[in-house]
Amino acid sequence: MNKPLSVTLTVVIAAILAAPIASHLFAAEPAATPTPEAAPIILIQNATILTVSHGTIEHGSILIKDGKIAEVGDSVKAPKDAQVIDANGQFVMPGIIDCHSHIAIDGNVNEGSISVSSIANTADVLNPEDIDIYRDLAGGVTTANILHGSANPIGGQTVVIKLRWGQPASKLPFEGALPGIKFALGENPKHSNFGGRGSEARYPATRMGVEETIRGAFSEARDYKAKWDDYNKRSAAGEKNLIAPRRDLRLDPLVEVLEGKRYVHSHCYREDEILMLLRVAKEFGFKVRTLQHVLEGYKVADELAAAGVGASTFSDWWSYKEEAWEAIPYNAALMTRRGVIVSINSDDAEEATHLNQEAAKTIRFGGLSHDEALKLVTINPAIQLGIDKRVGTIDTGKDADLVIYNHDPLSAYAVVQKTLIDGRVLFDREKDLADRANLEKEKKSLIEKEKKEQKEEKKPDAKPGDKKPDEKAKPQSDTAAVGGAL
Amino acid sequence: VKFSLLARIGMTSATLLVFTGTTFAQQQPATTIAITHAKIFTLAGPPIDDGVLVIKDGKIAAVGTNVDVPSGAQVIDGKGLQVYPGLFDPVTQIGLSEVSAVSATVDTTETGTINPDAVAADAVLPSSEHIPVTRAAGITEALAVPASGGFDSRGSANLFGGQASAIHLAGWTINDMLIKKSVAMVIDWPTIDSETFDLATFTRKPRAYADAKQEYDKQVDELSDWLDNARHYAVAWGHGGPAEYQRDLKLEALVPVIRGELPVLVFASRVREIREAVEFCDKQKIKMILAGGAESYKVKDLLRSKNIPVILQPTLTEPLDEDDPYDRSLTTAAELADAHVKFAFGSFDNSFARRLGQQAANAVAHGLAYDEALKAVTIYPAQIFGLSDQLGTLENGKIANIIVTNGDPLELTTDVRYLFIKGQLTSTDNKHKALYEKYLNRPKAK
Repeated sequence: MNKPLSVTLTVVIAAILAAPIASHLFAAEPAATPTPEAAPIILIQNATILTVSHGTIEHGSILIKDGKIAEVGDSVKAPKDAQVIDANGQFVMPGIIDCHSHIAIDGNVNEGSISVSSIANTADVLNPEDIDIYRDLAGGVTTANILHGSANPIGGQTVVIKLRWGQPASKLPFEGALPGIKFALGENPKHSNFGGRGSEARYPATRMGVEETIRGAFSEARDYKAKWDDYNKRSAAGEKNLIAPRRDLRLDPLVEVLEGKRYVHSHCYREDEILMLLRVAKEFGFKVRTLQHVLEGYKVADELAAAGVGASTFSDWWSYKEEAWEAIPYNAALMTRRGVIVSINSDDAEEATHLNQEAAKTIRFGGLSHDEALKLVTINPAIQLGIDKRVGTIDTGKDADLVIYNHDPLSAYAVVQKTLIDGRVLFDREKDLADRANLEKEKKSLIEKEKKEQKEEKKPDAKPGDKKPDEKAKPQSDTAAVGGAL
Repeated sequence: VKFSLLARIGMTSATLLVFTGTTFAQQQPATTIAITHAKIFTLAGPPIDDGVLVIKDGKIAAVGTNVDVPSGAQVIDGKGLQVYPGLFDPVTQIGLSEVSAVSATVDTTETGTINPDAVAADAVLPSSEHIPVTRAAGITEALAVPASGGFDSRGSANLFGGQASAIHLAGWTINDMLIKKSVAMVIDWPTIDSETFDLATFTRKPRAYADAKQEYDKQVDELSDWLDNARHYAVAWGHGGPAEYQRDLKLEALVPVIRGELPVLVFASRVREIREAVEFCDKQKIKMILAGGAESYKVKDLLRSKNIPVILQPTLTEPLDEDDPYDRSLTTAAELADAHVKFAFGSFDNSFARRLGQQAANAVAHGLAYDEALKAVTIYPAQIFGLSDQLGTLENGKIANIIVTNGDPLELTTDVRYLFIKGQLTSTDNKHKALYEKYLNRPKAK
């Protein structure tokens, strides 16, 4: 069983610490990529439209042109050649945005060997064939924030992607979305839950050391930036025979943070470490864009609101470690009530398939309204990722990233029928069901072919140990996804 | 030599620790309560509109429309509310663990592979914070299951993991909580692992199939040997008695299994392992309950023909294989129901036990009949573990474990308004609600 619900601690530890598993870096890019055809004109009609920005439209229609929402309302005129999706009795909402994901990463999510791993970048290892992209798409997710793991106070660089299943890695990044960097506070960067007694310690091993690691790195980054600023200034002034400072790949992303060109997404749990990071950010003059997990955010909600920092949290996870002992399912609602922009995230490929349900829990735990709950997985994460002009609500001019459900999505009985990205239907439940028999047939014939080939290859000197295991290896992405979880 | 010192110590501690298994007297005075004007889902017949349910001395005394409210009864007006049996979570680590990553608080899995004498009830913490949190989700009883995985799992496969205990989710002591000390013997069925995990380097390493298969066969043989030895042990004890044989607590714990009195709860996911476990239990003539059963849908006819019930892994689980349909874990329940395999939902967890209703509702969204889903979190688990004469439906004489809700108990937004355990109105307040109220009232920060 491979869910967060039942993952063994060993696996969790493995994922956090593991040296990168031997991976096939270049297998990611499909050999021949079909050029995408122009997006069709689509009319979704007779739907209950949950716009998120301006209420609910009963029996409404959405016209989609060139991948964008061209018109929304209760009477929309469509050109004759428009493809019609009749959504009678169904619900349309903006595509779900998962502000904390580790899908589509080829191999391990942690470069855990060093305390500051800002040289690593998830954008460099995107795997467009990760099946979790399709599974999450089938759960209504259209955009995801692909984060490095939490093994380091300052972790790797991160990228926002659209779940464009079928497209190569180069087409996944969300155009124009600011890149990010992962920070992490607390038990994970100080390696509390693994290593064990007697194993070699890596600095930092305390929350004090976590703070000093971040301060140290930003002190360096500030000096480094000053050198470059000086060089650029003198160079622009026409000074000759200048030698440029040596490029530092570790500090470059931190300079971008200082310049507001890269978002900080920081993993954190406890109230004390949350305020610590806000102090450090103030000291060095950068902004923390989102606090991730932030399970004790409810204790310092006013401080978060005052700092203008976003909070991206779980629905109801708790007690899996000491710093999650005071986690409560009311966290999202309490922070929302105090004016914090809050999102509910997955941190896990499976959890991402039902973020609509996870958002619904805030109605019960803390009394958020239907609209407030919907915002937690749509416009709020869009704001947190700085892409709210493009996605997150159903409004004219926005990207046609939409999900169609058979019931109100804030119900445990709702099932995704279709998911659209950029006006293209990338998941269609009906089609998925219809294709299964063919896929099964194809699989069988491939197995037969493989068996035949093995028979032919069988030579008298073959050792029994060379025999292929007939048990499938657990997909690496499972462990990888969980690695960031804790 | 009559007893070795070791055996004597073993016996003494066994005597001290073993529960009698009888129902313990309630600690509060008996009360009579009547819930009136509610819609009552007895799960033993059609729902009753505007019904009355009477609780007396911890049991259900009457349920129906033509029921008189006894004089002196505490009356709860259930107008607009719905009454159901409390939910039953049949695989949890409740009470056995507080904080998963803090080993000092975790008592889920004993070291070593042969622990048939480990009993969950001996380690359940009555004041666990998980109990009231889980209760607030309408879950009134559960099995605490040793070596059952979850976040709190420690170590690798326990062949015999220990005995699962059925508990009420309320009580001052384990004596108050206990429904039945031993309801199943856990077997974590071995797997043929094509990979090993190397702790020194934190990497997975491939392993030759032949080696893995050899290891697997050895483990199955070990299971078999222990049961055979338990059989001999039972015979020897029957003849010679303790005077001539040293007492062996592990073999003794297995005797109810080989006698068919205690079912084995076998954790297995893959079809090959399930099949071999079924064959094994058949050969050993022991009663099997399958736990997990990710690929149980592939052997549903076999399970039906052998009358093997399934405690199904959470529906909120990724499919095992990359090429499985994306909704693979969500449709298994419906497939088992169609094949008339008896099954129940389980959380297989501690902190996520409160997702039990969500799991069941998600299966309904993927083809399971709603009534079946409701039964699969109430009466079916009770039947599977031999407790249906006491729990699982709202019928006269059953233990009054009851929830009163403002709607469908499987839906995400439904509230539990009243909850009864052993007929006592029991609070749904918990650590989470307390922290919520505390910080809701935090003065605005300057």
